[in-house]
Parts: sequence; structure tokens; C-alpha cells
Amino acid sequence: MNKPIYSALFSAVVMLILASFLLGVDLETQGITLIPELAGDQTWLAIGLATLVVFLFQLFREQIASLIKLPSLPSIDSMLPEEGPKRTKLTRIAVALVIVGMFIWPFFASRGAIDLATLTLIYIMLGLGLNIVVGLAGLLDLGYVAFYAVGAYTYALLSLYYDVSFWVALPISGLLAALFGFLLGFPVLRLRGDYLAIVTLGFGEIIRILLNNWTELTGGPNGISRIPKPDLFGLEFSRRAKEEGNVPFHEFFGIPYDASHKVIFLYLLAVILVLITVYVIHRLTRMPIGRAWEALREDDIACRSLGLNPTVVKLTAFTMGASFAGFAGCFFAARQGFISPESFVFIESAIILAIVVLGGMGSQVGVILAAILLTVLPELAREFQEYRMLLFGLMMVFMMAWRPQGLVPMKRPHLELKTHE
Amino acid sequence: MNKALLEVSGLSMRFGGLLAVNGVSLTVREKEIVSVIGPNGAGKTTVFNCISGFYTPTEGTILFDGEQVQGLKGHKIARKGMVRTFQHVRLFKDMTVIENLLVAQHLQMNTNLLSGFFKTPSYRAAEDRAMQNAAFWLKKVNLLEMANREAGNLSYGQQRRLEIARCMVTHPRLLMLDEPAAGLNPNETKELDELICNLRDEFDVSILLIEHDMSLVMGISDQIAVINQGTPLASGTPAEVRDNPDVIKAYLGEA
Repeated sequence: MNKPIYSALFSAVVMLILASFLLGVDLETQGITLIPELAGDQTWLAIGLATLVVFLFQLFREQIASLIKLPSLPSIDSMLPEEGPKRTKLTRIAVALVIVGMFIWPFFASRGAIDLATLTLIYIMLGLGLNIVVGLAGLLDLGYVAFYAVGAYTYALLSLYYDVSFWVALPISGLLAALFGFLLGFPVLRLRGDYLAIVTLGFGEIIRILLNNWTELTGGPNGISRIPKPDLFGLEFSRRAKEEGNVPFHEFFGIPYDASHKVIFLYLLAVILVLITVYVIHRLTRMPIGRAWEALREDDIACRSLGLNPTVVKLTAFTMGASFAGFAGCFFAARQGFISPESFVFIESAIILAIVVLGGMGSQVGVILAAILLTVLPELAREFQEYRMLLFGLMMVFMMAWRPQGLVPMKRPHLELKTHE
Repeated sequence: MNKALLEVSGLSMRFGGLLAVNGVSLTVREKEIVSVIGPNGAGKTTVFNCISGFYTPTEGTILFDGEQVQGLKGHKIARKGMVRTFQHVRLFKDMTVIENLLVAQHLQMNTNLLSGFFKTPSYRAAEDRAMQNAAFWLKKVNLLEMANREAGNLSYGQQRRLEIARCMVTHPRLLMLDEPAAGLNPNETKELDELICNLRDEFDVSILLIEHDMSLVMGISDQIAVINQGTPLASGTPAEVRDNPDVIKAYLGEA
């Protein structure tokens, strides 16, 4: 048996070559030229050790694998009490506690934490919206960020040219994004699977490139800045009212100005938007339309044989999913105060899709958990600097190996049958 | 004689150079069980697909309750009251049994979005009716205990019964069954036999059946149409068909 030896040697050599170039050379600046120099002894020692570890690991991989079986993650179901009225009561209490906690928490948290939480909430909204299209209706959409961009630019442009306030722009953003979802839905109705994914990918890029090049309207790569923040019934969260006759929040309540008021307000606004999203989608999945989406994912021929029009079902899924991205985009523009096409690149679509897949297709709790994980973890891992994305990628690979069905797989609603005999 | 519910005449279906169905005609009267039989590859399922709107027939007319329906889309035909099952069971496998039945009642429920968000009384009533209808049919096909199981976890026989129940919750006038007995054991076939007769007698549905199981076909059919290589071979009552020398030849080969 000399096979493991070869593969181990090969791995070690690859490791050595890669590490030598990546870590073993330091660049010294002399004037304007860079001179490569060998790194210190310590680095080379580390490289040598790492190579040895790789070699040994590859050599004894099978033995190691049999020694440490990957422990299976405890199932979430086993931690939850049994199905039934008791459980629904417990879940209700838990949900209520979480909601109350979300409203109290920002008053004790740091400004950075609240900011991060607000960002997380935006991703939760996006994840939940895409979950309709991908998780429930089973239509792989790689250009979801386009609707997010439509929502954001709707508010930015409306406020720039027509001075429309956030609260008026919010429903318009949702509607316009929904309209774009509807328009995209038409050409892709006949497509499925891979082909659909490619067309949606193209759509996402078209929107981004359009925003980038339509300089007269959108400002192109410079983006749109100074987008006004949302106000609370006419109360602005700035030191001085920008508009004539407006009173800033702190003056109205007679408290000293504090920049964190605005941050907390934005956070609470995001919480409310997310709660509405969660409720609406929760209802949708238990309504005929939600069941039709899932039925379409399962078998579109059977759908047709039962009188469901697949065209209509697909279009509603696209439209509904897009509208949530529109709301999220409008909020995003208001929070950032500045948007540019840079914010709506393909990687955003990929991250939102990762949230849905990692969370468990169709599962709301899963998507929320995954959104938290995928936005908070990269922040926490900041101290690892350039290894951050590596760790992030590794985590995703392990997650998929461990739980391919996602963090919290979707649970079917248990429906109580009442038989009146 | 009952009124004719489905009248198919001169139905032809051509796939490129292949004439899969050639001039098939058949009539299903109200409260009648009509079977289409024929050797494998005879074109029975193609006839079914043409009638149920999955294919657009190349030629011929299909009248459903006096109205021309050939060329209509599948979901339109289903809405007119012609519902079918499939040769290979097509359930929504990841959804529960009861959800399968609720999806089928999508059209009957016909509630708008807002009433669903706020669970208005009319929405609850519609949902309740759908659940009761579903429960009724689950009981009929003996699947009541399975209501909250995922459909994909049912045994094959149970899946077949669920597929029939899923059609029946839509209150069809014509039920089209594509080899419902395939893969069933003799006991289950007997139950199916009783179920089909019961559907006709109690619920006034007409049934169009494709089947290989001769004992089932001969036992329950009012009329039988035999197709061989896409062309109609014979038709008539079970007794007439059984004694028809052409049919015997097609099935058993030349003596």
C-alpha cells in the first residue's frame, strides 16, 4: 500500500510550494521598487512544521477519520418539546420574549452592535424574500440583488428629484421591485433549473450595469449621496432640522442631542419591517398561494392536472419575493445615506442565496439564523484579518457536509383535522 | 342511455414522423366506466395526454359536455371538471397528505390575499370547508391516520389511493385513471375495484380508465376500447371485446 504515501508527498510538496511563495517571501520597499527577500527563520520553521502536519495528516487520513467520527449536530427537534398544544404555547411565549428582547436590547447595546444588528435585519429581510422564490417555489434566482437595487434606487432617485419622503417611497419601492419581478418573470416562465439561474444572473447584472452607466439619472459609479434618513412622524433625527418648520426629535422631547437616537431608531424600524415580513410570509405559507408555490416546486405537471396555472403561480412567487427585496432596498438606502452600483454586485446575490441554502430551504427560522450567522461571523472574525473569508468559506463547506438540509430544515405545518360525523 | 359526457372522435397525434395515435374515437357517458386497453406502447397514455390537455392533438375533436376542448391547456381542462392521475404517481412528495388535498382545492377556496393575512371569518370558513372535504376523502380512501405524514413516505398503494383522493376533492365530473392498479397487490387491486365502482355510484363521476389488469377491466367496465399501435382495434362491452378475434390476436399473437 504505497498510495497514501504518494498522495501525502504530493500534498506536502504543494503545501510547501504554496506556502513558500505566499508566506516565505517578504517584500521590501526601496524607493519605488519592491525587492523580494526571504522571510525570517521563524516563518520558515512554521512553514516546515505545517508541511509536516499536512504530510502526516494525508498519510494517516483514514486512520484519523475512523478515530474521530464527525459528531452529528444535535437535532433541533429533539431540543424542542413535543408537537401539540403545549408546544404551540411554549413557542408563542418564546417568540414573544424574543420580540420584546429585540425592542429593549438597543438601549443597552453599543452603537457598533446596533449598526451590525440593523445590517443583519436587512439581510434577514432579503433572505426571507428570496426564500419565497428559491425555498418555496423552487426557482433558482441568482439575480435577486437586482430587486434590492431597484428598491434602493427608487427611494434615492425619488428623494433626489422629487423630494419624496421615506415613508411614501417605501411602498413605492416595494411595488416597483414587484413590477420588475413580474417583468423578469415573463421571459423566464418556460425556463427551469440551470437555465433559469443563468437568465436571472444576467438580469441582476443588467440592472447593475444600467445603474452604472446611466450617469445622467443615477450618477453612475459615483452613486447617490445625501439620501435623507427616515423621520418619525415628521421628527428628524439630526442635530438641526433640515427642512423649514421641522422639529428635530431631541428638541421635541426636550432631551440633549445624541447621535445614537438615530441608530436606535433605524434599528427599531428594521425590526418592525422584519416582523411584518416574517408574519406575512408565515401566513403566505399557510395560505392556498403558498401551498401552490410548494406544489409547483414539487411537481408542475401534477399542478396543471389539478387546475393550477403554473404561469400565474410562478409570477406571483417572483413578484412577492421581489417586493420584499424592494422594501429592504429602500430601507438600506435610507440607512446608508449613500448608494452606488457597488452595493449591488453579484456577490450580494450569492450571499443571500447562501443564507437561504444554509438556513434550510423554505424554513423561516433557519433563514433568520443563517442571516445572523453570515453577517455577524465575518465581523467577529475580523481579528483574523485576511483569513476571514477563508474561515467563512470553510465554515460553509463544513455546514453543508454536516447538515445538507440546512440549519433548521423546514417543518411541515401540522394541520388538525376536524371530522364532524 | 345516459347523456354523453366526453366524446372523442378521429383523434390523431403525430410526433414528427411517428403517428402515435391514429383516428381514435371513444365516448364516455355519464356515470359510465370506460376502459382503454391495448398492448404496451399502443398509445393509450398519449390518448390520455391529448384529452387532458398535456398534448395538443394533431387532428380530431374532443367534446366535453358538448363543448370543444381540444388544444386547451391542461389546467383549463382540469377546471372544467376533467381530472387525471398519472401512470407514475405524481404526488407533492415533500408535502403532507392533507396539504396535497388542500393544494387540489386551491380553486375552490378562492380567497384573496388580504383575507388570508388577517384570517377573516370568511377565510376561516373556506379553509374549514376545504379541511372537511379533505378529511372526508381521506376517510374514503382509508388514509385518515396518515393525514400529517409526508406523502412521499406512504406505501405505494397508499400513494395511489391518495392520488385518487386528490382528484376527487376537486369534485370532478370525469375522472381519468392511468393504470391505477399498476404495482398493487391482488388485495389492493380488489379494494381499488370497489373504490372505483363506489365513486361512480355514489358521487356521479364518470371514469375513463387505462389498465393492464384484465380482471379489473373486465369486471368493472361498461365499455372497453382497444387500441393497437395507435389505431382503434375494437370497442364494445367487455364480453364483446373478450371474444373479438382481433383483440385476441393483438394480445396473444397469431395462433
